[in-house]
This record gives sequence, structure tokens and C-alpha cells, in this order.
Amino acid sequence: MSALTVIRAGALTTVQDLGRPGHAHLGVPRSGALDGPAHRLANRLVGNPVTRATLETTLNGCAVRVDTPVTVAVTGAPCAVRADGRPVAWGAPVRVPAGAVLDVGPAVAGLRGYIAFAGGVDVPPVLGSRSRDLLSGLGPEPLSDGAILPLGPPCGPPASVDTAPCPAPPADALVLPLLPGPRADWFTPKALTVLARGDFRVSSASNRIGLRTEGPTLERSVPGELPSEGMVSGAVQVPPDGRPVVFLADHPTTGGYPVVGVVPEPALAAAAQAVPGTRVRFTWCVQLSPSGV
Amino acid sequence: MSAPRPLRVGRHALLVEVEDTAAAQALHAELLCRREAGTLPPMTEIVPAARTVLLDGLADPPALAAEIPRWTVPPLPPSEGEPVVIRVRYDGADLPEVAALWGVPEAEVARVHSALDFRVAFCGFAPGFGYLTGLPPELHVPRRATPRTAVPAGSVGLAGPYTGVYPRSSPGGWLLVGRTDAVMWDPAREPAALLAPGTRVRFEACG
Repeated sequence: MSALTVIRAGALTTVQDLGRPGHAHLGVPRSGALDGPAHRLANRLVGNPVTRATLETTLNGCAVRVDTPVTVAVTGAPCAVRADGRPVAWGAPVRVPAGAVLDVGPAVAGLRGYIAFAGGVDVPPVLGSRSRDLLSGLGPEPLSDGAILPLGPPCGPPASVDTAPCPAPPADALVLPLLPGPRADWFTPKALTVLARGDFRVSSASNRIGLRTEGPTLERSVPGELPSEGMVSGAVQVPPDGRPVVFLADHPTTGGYPVVGVVPEPALAAAAQAVPGTRVRFTWCVQLSPSGV
Repeated sequence: MSAPRPLRVGRHALLVEVEDTAAAQALHAELLCRREAGTLPPMTEIVPAARTVLLDGLADPPALAAEIPRWTVPPLPPSEGEPVVIRVRYDGADLPEVAALWGVPEAEVARVHSALDFRVAFCGFAPGFGYLTGLPPELHVPRRATPRTAVPAGSVGLAGPYTGVYPRSSPGGWLLVGRTDAVMWDPAREPAALLAPGTRVRFEACG
């Protein structure tokens, strides 16, 4: 069986696929690639079904040595890609010879890169998924230097494209559309306006569990505790410090803080690429009435 | 029982709110029945919680939201079938505090706790962690003011109306009454979780 050896693990590189939906009632997060479209594209470029596992890098890429010739593709955050020191294409299928080191450089924009290998990263699945869930510790450990990961047999011909269209990561501001949350009425009308007009930034405490914000705090009209309730991806939860958190793939399945709004799933890929410090603009998809949403 | 109240959660989910945990358990049981009978639209997740059930991955939430308030949800049927039995050594660090709160001698905590019938109301916090109802109101206890940074796997704890068993070592603020060797969560096992929402549970004092 072919395999890759980790030469430089990078800041945080994890194996990801489409996650493990259907287990939330047992307390198991869905997990999966944070930038779903980039993960899917990388797989398609190398001829894989979108369900195959890719590597998700964070900020500074990673480097791996392959022991057999393999087609790879790097998508997500744009970066320099090298095979044995020579520059090769980003966002396109690339044939890497046996024994070569594939080096995925630091992101020049955005945050998370996706590396697909023909056949996919073939670690044993846990509850039907190869994703690393950083909240509950399910799935393969994050990559470490020297680790060896098996690759599956190639499944189809790579895509016959030179370059694929990839959305640019949010540069100036991350715009997150917002639908009213189930507990929007736990907030003052002013808080709902502040959410739409405030100067929020992506906090450096953000991770695969949630995009945390710095900026204005949201004031509640209903005090007290909310009994734990089920949470969805994109839920904008407001903890006692008043700073909204957008729940991403590894979010807890239940939570006890009110959800003021919900970011529709398609907008979350951009959230996965927003580097700390990026401006965040929430925009209500519905008209705010004088009394709120 | 008042009608379940569906709240919209984004484009593909509903949070159905009911009056209390017993009603949420009853609604969850009803949803599973309807799913079994094939009368529920397809969805990815059915997540019960303290006073709600979340339905995620729906194609048309408004259609189901219009229907749910008209449902007649029967009260949770009395427990049937064999319960999962969890053997516990009642020697937890907070046993004296729980005994004091219950107003019984320490040795009585095991007898009282293991005589009760529990049911998993919902899971959360960690894979395989169930919130078990069954403590009568006079036996409800507060959480610790300062959570422990590490509670060992298998610890049996109490908090508010719930009893729970820590599936792995984790921080926690529940009052610990004992410890079990039962494996609450093993992803390599089928099913991975010993306890799922709706499971009946009894504790048995040992050692």
C-alpha cells in the first residue's frame, strides 16, 4: 500500500472528509472539512469522490514525502506549492514522483489549505468518517513530524483542467449573512442592531469549534440560564461575555447559551478562511422591525 | 400538555420547544416512532435536550413546523424492557456532601441512588455522556462552585436533576458519588455509546 511520511506537520494539519453526521444525539459533533467547497474541489481535481479524506492545513501548510507516484491537488488558501523544491501548480492536479517531497507553503491569503491525494488519505474511519474532531478527540491525531499515513488506491482519472476556479479568501471583510436565531428574542433590539452594524474582528482564539469575535458585546433582554439545547453549524451563540461565536464543524452538539442568529451553511466556508484580525460584518437576511427581528 | 412549539433555526433546522424535560423525552420518543413508521420527512439529526428537540437537515422546515403543533404527543410510556445496569463503587469524593444535602448517612447514598429508575433524557458535553433523569426533586443537588480540572473516566456524578457517568477523563463540576468500570464510549464497539437518549438505566452498588 502506498503511504506518505510527514516531513513538516505545520501549525495544525488534520485529516478531514465530510464528517460524521447523524450522531449528534450521542454528543458527537459532525466535524469534517471547514472549507467544504475547497475540500470537494481538491478531491475532484485528483479524480476522487468528494467523500475521500484530504489534509486540512492551517496558516503555514505542511510537507510530506510520497513513496509512490501520486496525483495531488492543493486548494483553499492560496500558497506556493513545491515538489522536490520545484514550483508546481496550486489549484490544479499535479503528478508527484515517488520519493518526492510535496511542500505546501504558508498561506499568502486565507487560513486553511486542502491537499487531496489520488485515492485519499486512507486511515481507519471512526463512526464512518476519517475526520479529526478537535472537540471530542475522535478520528486520527493531528499530523506530527515523522507520522506515516496510508493512501488508498487511485479511483479515477484526474480532472483535465489547468486551473480550477477557487473563491478568493475574505480580504477586506468577512461578510456573514444572518437569519434570526431561535433565541433572538433573548436580546435587546439594540443588540440586534449592534450585531448588524458593529465593528467585529476575527479573534485569534478562533478554531475549528468556532469563529470567535472581538468587538462590541451584545446585551440580553432575558437574563438567567438557558437549558441546554441542540446546536447547528453556523449558530451564532452569545456566551456571558456578550461576544458572538459562530459555530463551525467541531462545535458541541448542545449548548446552554442563547443563539441570536444563524449563518447559512454556504457562508461558513469563507469563515473558515478568515485570518485573525479580519473585519466581520454580520448582515441580517430579513428586515429588522422596530422591536427586533 | 401544551402543544410543541417549533422555532426556526437557519434554513434547514427546527428547534421544537416543550414545557419540560419529561415532555422533551415524550416528543423525542414520538419522533422516533414516526421515523420508524416512515411518516417523518428525511432529516440528518434528531437531538433531544432539556426542553427541546432539534431537527436538523430538513429540506422544508416550514412544512414540518406547520404540522408539529397539531400533533398529539402521548406522555412517555412507563419504562419497558431491560435496563442497562451500571455497577458502581459508591466511594466518590463528594459522597459526604451529597449525603449532607440529602440528609442521610453516607452509607445510605448508595442504597437510595441504586434503588431509582433512570432514563437517558439526552446526551451532550462529550460523546457518550448521557444526562439521566430519575432523581426526585428532593434529591437534586447543585454543581460544585469550582469545577474540577480533571474528573476520571467512569466517575458517576450528580448535578441538578441529572445523574451522569463521565465517558473519559475531562473537566467537570458534578458532585461525584462513585465510579464504574463500565465503558461508556468506545468508537470501535457497535453501538459506540452504552447510553443513548431513551435508554433505561439502573445503578447497582458493588465493592
